[in-house]
Amino acid sequence: MMDFGFVLSKSSTVDLNKVDLSMYRQLEKLSPDVRTCMACGSCSATCTAAPYSGMSVRKVILGLQRGNDVSAMLSNCMLCGKCTMVCPRGINTRNLILNLCRIHETGGRNDR
Amino acid sequence: MRPNVVIIGGGIAGMEAAKQLLYLGYSPILIEKTARLGGHVADWYRLFPDMTPASEVIENLKKDIQNANVFLETGVQFINRLRDTYNVMLTNGVSINCHAILFATGYDLFDARKKEEYGYGVYNHVVTNRDLELWFGGNKDVRIPERPKSVGFVHCVGSRDMKAGNMQCSKVCCMTAIKQAIEIKEKFPESEVYCFYMDLRLFGKKYEDFYISAQRDHGVHFIRGRVSEVGENIDGTLQVKAEDTLNGKPLKVSLDMLVLMAGMLCGEKTRELADGVRMDVDTDGFFKSRDNIYNVTESSRNGIFFAGACTGTKTVPETVSEARAAVLSIHNYLQQK
Ligand code: SF4
Ligand code: SF4
Ligand code: SF4
Repeated sequence: MMDFGFVLSKSSTVDLNKVDLSMYRQLEKLSPDVRTCMACGSCSATCTAAPYSGMSVRKVILGLQRGNDVSAMLSNCMLCGKCTMVCPRGINTRNLILNLCRIHETGGRNDR
Repeated sequence: MRPNVVIIGGGIAGMEAAKQLLYLGYSPILIEKTARLGGHVADWYRLFPDMTPASEVIENLKKDIQNANVFLETGVQFINRLRDTYNVMLTNGVSINCHAILFATGYDLFDARKKEEYGYGVYNHVVTNRDLELWFGGNKDVRIPERPKSVGFVHCVGSRDMKAGNMQCSKVCCMTAIKQAIEIKEKFPESEVYCFYMDLRLFGKKYEDFYISAQRDHGVHFIRGRVSEVGENIDGTLQVKAEDTLNGKPLKVSLDMLVLMAGMLCGEKTRELADGVRMDVDTDGFFKSRDNIYNVTESSRNGIFFAGACTGTKTVPETVSEARAAVLSIHNYLQQK
């Protein structure tokens, strides 16, 4: 490619009309309580893996709501369940992560 | 003969106070500047937390105050302080001598046109909380699309906004936005509904239940970020920009309709009237109570009392309770005379 001495940076704007919510919609079916997350951050604050890996259930949920690929984050979870213990909305976050892993594995077919 | 009590303002505060004064045997004189009783609540369709029809509240109050003297389409020209009574001069030429005056003058809804960046009165599909209630109640409104696919609610319009001249939180509009978001989803289940908020302030009875229900049962999207600007696309949809602050990224979305949650302000006219009797205004712009903890319904002037939103934003049940409290203050005051 021709080098003009400058590059165009990609816009970081999230366009809600274009985000791909398919992952989130599938998760909603398996873990309907995901909808009630209020982004309080208790889950991430208590997560043992968070300080070393950036794992955050809050960010996973928000990421899905904005159509991001969160699979890399999932692999950092040890499924210890501490986050479930502290979630004030009673979301079964550990199960939510498991469900997400299932969706990733099966490509969305809920046939296991 | 029981003494006269003049009530300025025929909203729910004034009506409830008139009702209680009648019970106690006083003769309340209710003065309302518009042509009908009920104030802002009469524009509303249903009230949280139990979705009570606002008309039911107003009609019941009307029945209860049938025996009160009501002056509609009447304002107050001036108030004169006599030795231990007040002389209230009405715009219809009537002059009333009374021992106590109750200000139940309520609030002004923020004029959403002042937030120009949101395009109220400029773009075709921008309405306010009040417009939407009137539409729920059966009014026609060409700005509301027949089948909107996406609807946004903008919190804090004219509230918590120094530039708009109001630093205060209007207290009820977070809850109103969520109530209306649910009502929109009930009417248009296929639509996507977004609430743009800075903080969600849901303090009252069962408000949190509405929030959870909006999320869980209706899939309303809550986006933490103040809408910075709105533009109109060529197809008539609205382009809304905000920062998705939880995500740390700019965000945009095209919507079929936008609802602005206009806040509550102390009315200009009310303040002018208060100047006449040298009544104090508190630092938040509303009337100053004798004490903000245990004397909210009394002014610093003997014989002048407050009820409802003239001393700060209030919910409907708070306003009703306060009207009753004010009547008790008036009763105690008149007993001591
Ligand atoms: S289950 Fe996963 S996300 Fe939750 S606290 Fe444990 S490691 Fe963190
Ligand atoms: S603790 Fe629960 S409500 Fe809070 S951010 Fe995590 S999942 Fe959401
Ligand atoms: S109640 Fe909510 S929308 Fe209304 S001013 Fe306060 S924070 Fe803003």
